Amino acid sequence: MKIFSEIGSYLILLKNVFHIPENPRLYRKKVIFEMRVLCLDSLPIIAVISIFVGAAIVIQLAANLSNPIYPRWITGYSSREGIMLEFAPTMINLVLAGKIGSHIASEIGTMRITEQIDALDVMGVNSASYLILPKIIACVLFSPVVIVVSIFLALMGGWLAGTLTGVISSYDFLDGLQLDYTNKSLIISLVKGLVYSFIISSIPAYRGYTVSGGALEVGRSSTKAVVESCITLIIANLVITNLLI
Amino acid sequence: MIEIKKLYKSFGDKTVLNNINAVFETGKTNLTIGRSGSGKTVLMKTMVGLECIDSGQVLFDGKDMVTMSKKERHSLRESIGMVFQNGALFDSMSVADNVRFPLRMFTNMTNGEMDKRVDFCLDRVNLGNVHTFTTSELSGGMRKRVAIARAIVTNPKYLFCDEPNSGLDPQTSILIDNLIKEITEEYNITTIVNTHDMNSVMGIGEHIIFIHQGNLWWEGTRNEITNTTNQELNDFMFNNELTKLLKASVLEKAVK
Ligand SMILES: Nc1ncnc2c1ncn2[C@@H]1O[C@H](COP(=O)(O)OP(=O)(O)OP(=O)(O)O)[C@@H](O)[C@H]1O
Ligand SMILES: [Mg+2]
Repeated sequence: MKIFSEIGSYLILLKNVFHIPENPRLYRKKVIFEMRVLCLDSLPIIAVISIFVGAAIVIQLAANLSNPIYPRWITGYSSREGIMLEFAPTMINLVLAGKIGSHIASEIGTMRITEQIDALDVMGVNSASYLILPKIIACVLFSPVVIVVSIFLALMGGWLAGTLTGVISSYDFLDGLQLDYTNKSLIISLVKGLVYSFIISSIPAYRGYTVSGGALEVGRSSTKAVVESCITLIIANLVITNLLI
Repeated sequence: MIEIKKLYKSFGDKTVLNNINAVFETGKTNLTIGRSGSGKTVLMKTMVGLECIDSGQVLFDGKDMVTMSKKERHSLRESIGMVFQNGALFDSMSVADNVRFPLRMFTNMTNGEMDKRVDFCLDRVNLGNVHTFTTSELSGGMRKRVAIARAIVTNPKYLFCDEPNSGLDPQTSILIDNLIKEITEEYNITTIVNTHDMNSVMGIGEHIIFIHQGNLWWEGTRNEITNTTNQELNDFMFNNELTKLLKASVLEKAVK
């Protein structure tokens, strides 16, 4: 039962979040600021993970599919599909749920317990919208960048690792990458990215906004936020994958 | 003018405010006094709508804060300035940006005009040289003063101060008290101040309500407070040698 009332108050909060801003100029500045703090600062970790996981995927696949009964392009082809459809949107956003989610939940939660949110409310600012909307917009707007960068670097890492270790020839890999390419996988990937970035920014924001108590509760709610975002993301992944494939 | 009528507030089964009725007049410094935990902060928060009430009315110039629409409440709140007990400064912003924030949000001032106004308000709380500090670089008393500057920057019609001078040295305390009194009279503000500071009570208490265990226990002016026969108020006010002496001398003067 509790979960339904939680979902209810999450939706009510979202209703307050999507509200015409009192001062659009200020909001625009905040979106740019949040993009820098939340998104740009996440690029290095995204890059590192993409390159190394991409490399591991290709080496692993090449080893598993080395039997001559498989066509030689199969490694490149499966790496491409796996990375585009699952790794870049799902796994990277799971990592971001940890990084961005805990950041958002603890920032907003701290503002709650130190009465900064009350101060905004008393001034007549719509605090939910002012604090949360720019974060959601920043994350959602930035998600295509994240996806594209991650796909590109993962395939690069795979190609480098595969050819340098000699498990696959450059020609076979690139041949596989290009086989049967349509934009469908990319579009699915981008759609997933949009949905997941919404999940990993709005759920932690809700957790932070509704904290009560002290520093301990902020920590707890930030952990909770990350766990809940991850679970929601995984469920959403299953649903979207089923719908779009 | 702010009127509260039959205000009840409880947390769970613990009643914190029990049938409070009071009138806070415009242009006067109204004080709420009471021991720690008596319900002063809760009363202030219910008045501005940060805590919902169980029953009763809070009338801002006749309009009920509790039942008004969300939109009306937002615009009413633009005319409210509030100083929180712990400052509640935005820690992601510098001192100057904290003070500038309400201006940026609600006015169309140019940057130059805003800078001037911010300078003016920070000067009034004796903080002319901390504009670029972050809030973590401030002492407790400085935080309080920045909070006061932020609360008065938009020239509010209603000013709420929750213990504006706790944690300040006596001299700065008096400065803040006088500042509050001055702007209250100058701009005809309805001001409500929570305090348990004797100096404030005697210095600026034009209208005082005494909250005891969630009840409105006594109401009057600073002149009346010295003659009070109310036991709890006496215990609260005149609890040490200095204040007892003060009371005696005031009474002596009155007899003469
Ligand atoms: N959110 C809350 N939940 C439960 N009880 C609360 C809550 N806020 C305040 N109280 C209780 O209400 C009572 C009044 O608290 P309040 O903060 O108003 O005291 P105060 O008069 O401002 O004291 P002080 O002078 O120490 O600031 C206290 O007993 C406190 O325990
Ligand atoms: Mg208090």
